[in-house]
Amino acid sequence: MQRFSAFALVKHALSGHQHWQPQWRDATPKPAYDAVIVGGGGHGLGAAYYLAKEHGLRNIAVLEKGWIGGGNTGRNTTIIRSNYLFDESAALYDHALKLWEGLSQDINYNVMFSQRGVLMLAHNVHDEQSFKRHIHANRLNGVDNEWLTPAQAKEFCPPLNISGNMRHPVLGAALQRRAGTARHDAVAWGYARAADALGVDIIQNCEVTAIHRDAFGHVTGVTTSRGEIATRKIGVSAAGNSSVVMGMAGLRMPLESFPLQALVSEPIKPIFPCVVMSNTIHAYMSQSDKGELVIGAGTDAYTSYTQRGALHISAHTLEAICELFPDFRRMRMLRNWGGIVDVTPDRSPIIAKTPVPGLYVNCGWGTGGFKATPGAAHLFAWTIARGEPHTINAPFNLERFARGMLIDEAAAAAVAH
Amino acid sequence: MLLITCPFCGPRPELEFGYAGEAHVVRAQDPREVSDSQWTEYLYQRSNVRGVHAERWRHAHGCAQFFNALRDTTTDHFVATYRIGESRPDAAVEAGR
Repeated sequence: MQRFSAFALVKHALSGHQHWQPQWRDATPKPAYDAVIVGGGGHGLGAAYYLAKEHGLRNIAVLEKGWIGGGNTGRNTTIIRSNYLFDESAALYDHALKLWEGLSQDINYNVMFSQRGVLMLAHNVHDEQSFKRHIHANRLNGVDNEWLTPAQAKEFCPPLNISGNMRHPVLGAALQRRAGTARHDAVAWGYARAADALGVDIIQNCEVTAIHRDAFGHVTGVTTSRGEIATRKIGVSAAGNSSVVMGMAGLRMPLESFPLQALVSEPIKPIFPCVVMSNTIHAYMSQSDKGELVIGAGTDAYTSYTQRGALHISAHTLEAICELFPDFRRMRMLRNWGGIVDVTPDRSPIIAKTPVPGLYVNCGWGTGGFKATPGAAHLFAWTIARGEPHTINAPFNLERFARGMLIDEAAAAAVAH
Repeated sequence: MLLITCPFCGPRPELEFGYAGEAHVVRAQDPREVSDSQWTEYLYQRSNVRGVHAERWRHAHGCAQFFNALRDTTTDHFVATYRIGESRPDAAVEAGR
């Protein structure tokens, strides 16, 4: 791997940047691998990287039916935070946040991780009580989170409207200063490059169409659009299509897939210093380094695989944005799109082994998978390599639904998903 | 926005409707008699079909009736809508769309 550095940049500048190597090989499938990851998003590529780096597996393939990072990794609003209520969730998401803090150095790729702070607005008494409960729970778990008055929130985010004449006035906000954003494409590319350097085959345009099992039920391989591949370990990291892929091994999942939308404005000069989220009136916003306002909207009411959402969903979010940030009322939106998110009944993910020997799954991230990318990948790799979960992801198993051990962030978040 | 044909009121905009999840998920007559795995199946496991999906809708801002629909989740095209209690329209209806 050609390492990136200031020196390399200067050296290549002298030769007109004509001699950079491709960042990863365009691999063709081999007949057999020690492990196969289905899904080339950030989670899948990261899992392959940690399998190679920390668990010594080098004969690994990542199979992606389209192009890497073209699913939810390339379709989210890049928000990273770890201020979740329950102990299990705080441990999981803060594990990810700690990995984010060292990720660019670890994979020698600038993922543009920016800890600019995430402000979560409270608009009513319930919000205020709920957020303060979150703050106390977070502090007990060693996760930073603090309460701001409306004036303090306005000082932290000057475009914010805190006047009392709004339909849903801002009564305060919870601020996690370690939270922020990262460049989503760089996460996929950085993991792909780092995994490739350790020998991982990244195979694009390769759709898995069947999972094969032996007489004992153990997985033996997959059929793909580019031929048969034998393997004894399969890690499914297929986001919205997890139910479809797991169905190939005869498993029914506690998942439903919904379209979730986002949109960006025309680029403008830096004006928006942080991330603002409002669960109650359902709007998220930050400003990318390119200058676009990145806005997250809600999910559609019905299950779908269309990767687009209804206009009234994004219109609803834009109404909230115009109320919260009157400065942006005359901005024009450049693009909007949808991604398919796989939602569990308790809105917590599943990183686990399955009843099928050799088959592992990382799914159910719903509307919040990007923030967990390094943590999910790291724990999924651990689970695949050892055949047992890490203590952090042990509660996020498949059996919790039968045992009633739900990690009910759905109720805790107070979000109308 | 989708245009949905209520079996009672005819075609109406999606905003008049509420989505109510997968159709034909049957609750056990006596929940005390079923196993944990059967109860989990009823409560949590869903088909999440990529293709033609049978689902419940409610015309909340109209006749307020529940009804069932077949919708292709890859296109959001409604194949058929039918009343609660009627069985799922056969494959011929799906093929004829």
